[in-house]
Amino acid sequence: MSKISITINDEPYKVESGQTIMEACKEHNIKIPSMCHFDGLTDVGACRLCLVEIEGQSKLLPSCTTQVEPNQKIRTHSDRLSGHRQMITELFFSERNHVCAVCVANGNCELQDLATEVGMKHVRFPYLFQECEVDASHAMFVIDHNRCIMCTRCVRVCSEVEGAHNWDVKNRGYKVRIISDFDTPWGESESCTSCRKCVEVCPTGSLWSKDKAQGQSKKNPQMIKDLIEKRKVNL
Amino acid sequence: MSKKKIATIWLAGCSGCHMSLLDMDERLLEVAKLADIVKSPVVDGKELPKVDVAIVEGAVASDEHLEELKHIRRQAKILVALGDCAITGNVSGIRNRVTKEQALERAYLDSGVNLDGVLPTHPVLQKLEDRVRPLHEEVPVDYYIQGCPPSADKIFYVISEILHGREPTTEGDGEVKYG
Ligand code: SF4
Ligand code: SF4
Ligand code: FES
Repeated sequence: MSKISITINDEPYKVESGQTIMEACKEHNIKIPSMCHFDGLTDVGACRLCLVEIEGQSKLLPSCTTQVEPNQKIRTHSDRLSGHRQMITELFFSERNHVCAVCVANGNCELQDLATEVGMKHVRFPYLFQECEVDASHAMFVIDHNRCIMCTRCVRVCSEVEGAHNWDVKNRGYKVRIISDFDTPWGESESCTSCRKCVEVCPTGSLWSKDKAQGQSKKNPQMIKDLIEKRKVNL
Repeated sequence: MSKKKIATIWLAGCSGCHMSLLDMDERLLEVAKLADIVKSPVVDGKELPKVDVAIVEGAVASDEHLEELKHIRRQAKILVALGDCAITGNVSGIRNRVTKEQALERAYLDSGVNLDGVLPTHPVLQKLEDRVRPLHEEVPVDYYIQGCPPSADKIFYVISEILHGREPTTEGDGEVKYG
């Protein structure tokens, strides 16, 4: 691969062409907030937290799905971007029902950490308090739609790594939901192999294991990242 | 510097935030050097006088809470939302998923001990609002202390910054942490 020159936050860098802006930033230890991105899975640009400014473009672009280009001038942090990241975080919290105090992921949740990272003092949007289902029909796992942020990591890991494609997405807007096997109870799924990859990549308390109570769920996303790397090796 | 007046108020919460407030332990004496606590569930005093800082635990869940909150806002120069119920609705707001009637039925009629099926309707009792709200949906809130309950360190940090006339940050002890 050839190297190209770009500028990130006024500093010059040489990066691989064909990389995404997020990959280039990661290589140079520039941290961009993200939620739907997961190393090794196809990027979908769903959460918009990783938006960056590119000189000459009026639109902000998601760094996880935008490739680097020669002489690109990128800004990953600015007041405008912090404002948007703050707003996106508040929208996550206002859309469904997050009660960290009684959540299985309390203390081990990427969304809770995001609120800390962006300094979300309160949520300026009215809470929807929408009715969300809890599906506990699977023998080992639960999906609690109250805590889901629709990052679709579960959908992608199930399809791209496990190859089972149990998960999918139905509806649009605030009614959007993750579904199991054509919208049937998870426990009746014919495609789910109970491999628990979705549980490990889920950033919140939405997917969890039944042997865990409040504050006990601890995900191991690194295991899945390692697995993806190991599977790339052709023996 | 003349001594400031503080009030702490308890709306729809479990009082855990007030427990955390007491957990400031000997640092309460430092607060007491800067301010008098003129009304609080833990001290006497009926009417809420004019105060510099009102610290409010809990969400708005009843008609009485709403009235009290509006009164507090009129009486206080600075209003602080203490804890997740005051800021997000939190556990107090879980009932928002169902109607007020369903919540009352669940609590009173399905309890297994209220065999005559009596619902509390006496006119002196508070009436539940249809929807539990965080404080800022009703009145302007100046500062937020997150947590369920917030740590004593965080409460102390924010309160002492306010009493010293400084702006609390979200760094160090001021870090935002829900749950
Ligand atoms: S999923 Fe995370 S942010 Fe949501 S309630 Fe649980 S701990 Fe809090
Ligand atoms: S269940 Fe978890 S992994 Fe799946 S979309 Fe929701 S938050 Fe993301
Ligand atoms: S991480 Fe790029 S849009 Fe979510």
